[in-house]
Amino acid sequence: MAKKMKIRAFSGDNGIAIVKALIFHPMETGLRKDKDTGKTIPAHHITEVQVEHNGTKIITCLWGPTVSKNPFLSFDLKGAKPGDSVKVSWVDNLGKTESGEAKIS
Amino acid sequence: MQNSRRLFLRASLAAGTAAVAAAAGLLVPQTVLANWPKKAFETQDMETAIKEISSLSELTPSDLIKVKTPTVAENGAVVSVTVKHSIPDAESISILVPKNTSKLAASYLLSGQIASFVTCRIKMRETSDVIAVVKAGGKLYSGKSRVKVTLGGCGG
Repeated sequence: MAKKMKIRAFSGDNGIAIVKALIFHPMETGLRKDKDTGKTIPAHHITEVQVEHNGTKIITCLWGPTVSKNPFLSFDLKGAKPGDSVKVSWVDNLGKTESGEAKIS
Repeated sequence: MQNSRRLFLRASLAAGTAAVAAAAGLLVPQTVLANWPKKAFETQDMETAIKEISSLSELTPSDLIKVKTPTVAENGAVVSVTVKHSIPDAESISILVPKNTSKLAASYLLSGQIASFVTCRIKMRETSDVIAVVKAGGKLYSGKSRVKVTLGGCGG
């Protein structure tokens, strides 16, 4: 079964954790043409990503079609301890949603 | 966070898609889609993109923002951009590419918990600056980095 996203979160010094998420998504701009049919491939890209730390929203990402295919997201987070949960949820322009969760190690 | 709430309340998309997301039970309806700033992402004008995403216009270049990108990107489909800053009470970080069709690549609405950086990977059509705009205390601060995009992978 294909994995929808990979999330790694690890704690460092001073209670600051680093979160890395790799989300599998085509991120079509809507400007590309299919080589065989010549038809424009419709836009299909993530519009919003929400990240929660222990249930509290910490970052909202607004993405456009410029973000690369299989988008990568990384940031650092204050006040994070090993065992805390990090949840990443996204929605795309077609209304599809997906989410994943990881514990800070 | 006040600004994020203002963005959330700016409803602009069809109720249908919000209902699908709500039915999936993964995201709370009022935080989904209603706030996607369509005009900011679709405009082909840098000033409009900045105004739409931040409600402000004037950029103040700042040494407190470092934009880390490769100097040369062999593959314009995946260019890693890290924005590191030390501006206090930053509300958002937006990444813009003046030479792309869609000028605004991404915008990150921050809570006080984000420590110092965000990294993303973007598509770049051609050699261009990558501009990071940090909104804090009613002002916009900017930093930039130039990325040379080569085609064909041989660096010619």
